[in-house]
Amino acid sequence: MDAIPYTVKAREDTGLYNARLGIWLFLASEVMLFGALFATYVILRLGALHWPLGASLLSIPLGTFNTVVLISSSVTMVFAWVSLKEKNLGKYKMYMGFTIILAVLFIVVKLFLEYIPKFEHHLYPGKSTFWAIYFTLTGLHALHVLGGIGVNTYFWGPGANMWQSEPERFTNRIEIAGLYWHFVDLVWIFLFPILYLL
Amino acid sequence: MNPHHDSHRMHVFRKYLFSIDHKVIGIQYGLTSLFFLLFGFSLMMLMRWQLAFPGTAIPFIGKFFGESRAPGGIMLPEFYNELGAMHGTIMVFLGVVPLGVGCFGNLLVPLQIGAPDMAFPKLNMASYWVFFLGGLTMLFSFILPGGAASSGWTSYPPLADIATIGQTVWLIGMVFLITSSLLGSINFITTVLQLRTEGLTFMRLPFFVWSQLVTAFLLLLAFPPLEAAGILQLMDRLAHTSFFLPSGLMISGEPLKGSGGGSVLLWQHLFWFLAHPEVYVILLPAMGIVAEIIANNIRKPLWGYTSMVYSVLFIGFMSFIVWAHHMFLTGMGTAMSSFFQATTMIISIPSVVILSCLFISLWGGSIRLNTAMLFALAFLPMFGMGGLTGLPLGLSVSDIHLHDTYYVIGHFHYVVAPGVIFALFAGIYHWFPKFTGRQMNEFLGKLHFWPSLLLMNAIFFPMLIQGLAGVSRRLYDGGLQYAHAQGVLSLNKVSSYSAWALAVAQLPFIFNFVFSIFKGKKVTSDNPWEATTLEWQTPTPPGHGNFETTPTVYRGPYEYSVPGASRDFTPQNEP
Repeated sequence: MDAIPYTVKAREDTGLYNARLGIWLFLASEVMLFGALFATYVILRLGALHWPLGASLLSIPLGTFNTVVLISSSVTMVFAWVSLKEKNLGKYKMYMGFTIILAVLFIVVKLFLEYIPKFEHHLYPGKSTFWAIYFTLTGLHALHVLGGIGVNTYFWGPGANMWQSEPERFTNRIEIAGLYWHFVDLVWIFLFPILYLL
Repeated sequence: MNPHHDSHRMHVFRKYLFSIDHKVIGIQYGLTSLFFLLFGFSLMMLMRWQLAFPGTAIPFIGKFFGESRAPGGIMLPEFYNELGAMHGTIMVFLGVVPLGVGCFGNLLVPLQIGAPDMAFPKLNMASYWVFFLGGLTMLFSFILPGGAASSGWTSYPPLADIATIGQTVWLIGMVFLITSSLLGSINFITTVLQLRTEGLTFMRLPFFVWSQLVTAFLLLLAFPPLEAAGILQLMDRLAHTSFFLPSGLMISGEPLKGSGGGSVLLWQHLFWFLAHPEVYVILLPAMGIVAEIIANNIRKPLWGYTSMVYSVLFIGFMSFIVWAHHMFLTGMGTAMSSFFQATTMIISIPSVVILSCLFISLWGGSIRLNTAMLFALAFLPMFGMGGLTGLPLGLSVSDIHLHDTYYVIGHFHYVVAPGVIFALFAGIYHWFPKFTGRQMNEFLGKLHFWPSLLLMNAIFFPMLIQGLAGVSRRLYDGGLQYAHAQGVLSLNKVSSYSAWALAVAQLPFIFNFVFSIFKGKKVTSDNPWEATTLEWQTPTPPGHGNFETTPTVYRGPYEYSVPGASRDFTPQNEP
């Protein structure tokens, strides 16, 4: 007795393969992590004497642009997974490539058009509670984006060799990476309105 | 592939150091956490000197702590605080939890559910090594200027926000430990849900597996808010934000430099949102161990297995909505207090159900009093003491008097030390033969048990009395300067002498443990305790891949003394 069961095929009574259950559990813990940070935002904002309107300090056009970029990358991520289901590795590489490029674009906009100009105006996290929340939440989200870029780049490059030996397992991996990526996208969809619009 | 052949080919590093075998990882967790238990215990023994003999030089070793900690061998308050904070941190996060979850969970869960390994073996290895890094980080913080963290294991701001660099390193160490337990909990849940062997339905799971499953959910969902809190405190310390620093705060007569506008209560909420479930993370594996050992040594099924399972699930759920009973005195309001007082009273019910089931199980059993069973039996009244002394703390009115006194220390140590640690000892004595092929010495085991039981009570019972007299915890001189403490001051010496004697009482265990690995009496059977659960139906020690053929389960976990059966135990895999 050696091999671990249900690494690729789903178990009948749970309907899941191991990694799919694993990633959902991981996402549950991520919900608790960001949930606690969102709760912090609510508590500090309710307790504050004065809270600036996000739109007066942040650029809504840049935020909107980044939202569109991230949602598009989620769409291309799904296409990448579908391409593998269609047994088309070339198409997968193209869509995964788009996903990575869009994610990098998000980071570039965040860093060079948002963070650095803010720092140049001496707007640091210690400036006020608003900036503290803004930099902590978006910074942690950006770290998640960078993590996703790392994972996706691996699956786009050397990780894709698994397609030759274990195509089904590789397809599962892309599904897992996709679930994570949609979660990162979802966090931003919450962050954008609470920081930029409200 | 022949698994035995395979293991011979494995490089020694792969086999013992960076192993992905759940049994090796479990043993790594076990040895590491036993080291940290001893280390954390040593910190406490130093504190006990200062409490019993405040202001006198620590004998023999006092001169080794240096001028910054103990000039002339006399402990400084800063050193006392450092010891206190690190004793709590190390015992909880590096001692008891990794022993109960990382060691026993890893060793037993895959075996008890008939699986070849954990669901994600590499993740399992990563979880251990991240834990190890977290431990190293905590040890490293002792040599920093200003020493290790000294704001209590709870790290309350604003003190923790302005403490020396040791606090920053503490937070980084905690991020490692949280990451490790996150990886572990994902692995445990997936393993239990996915890798149960054929026929092993949920209501046939050994109670230990249930307790580990619920524990893993608590770790998964309760730790991230502490990670969030840790990130915010790191931001406060490194990026000079004011998440936990209110406006108008004065520090040493100077106004606060940051922007203010933060909330100190926010930290307490986030911290206790983890730290109350953490109490059950500590407790539940111990309850699981005790249930297994009691069922095996009374030779009859556990009374009320089903109610125990539903109770443990209910505890898991309720433990998320009781956290603010640690905060009755923070001024959060009577409505909040009433709510958390009610949930706290409710959560005590399932604990009592489990304890009662275990007590009632003893009735009519033909009890074998081996060392493991003695420790398991001692768990029941000792945890009972811990639980009952908790009730006055859970009621907000009586908590006004008892909050932050030695009574609290006595209460939770009754739960953790003679409760949980006794259960962990029981587990070591009970499962030792499975993983080494040798038994621990029974005489030395009893020499370990009886003095430990006596001394644990001699340490912690006086604290309950001191606390009722109103002596505050965290006093550097043990209450010397307070008029109301004078009557109970001499009890400090009782506790301290007992604590040092307890250290001596652990020597038979340490000797027994090391000696028995090499020279203990060999077991003649794979199932020396004649147990029913699957971990005993493997070779001894189990090889890579655990079972020789995949087991099928036909019956419940505790079918002892089945009428009409040829023996007094019927293993789960017997048709």
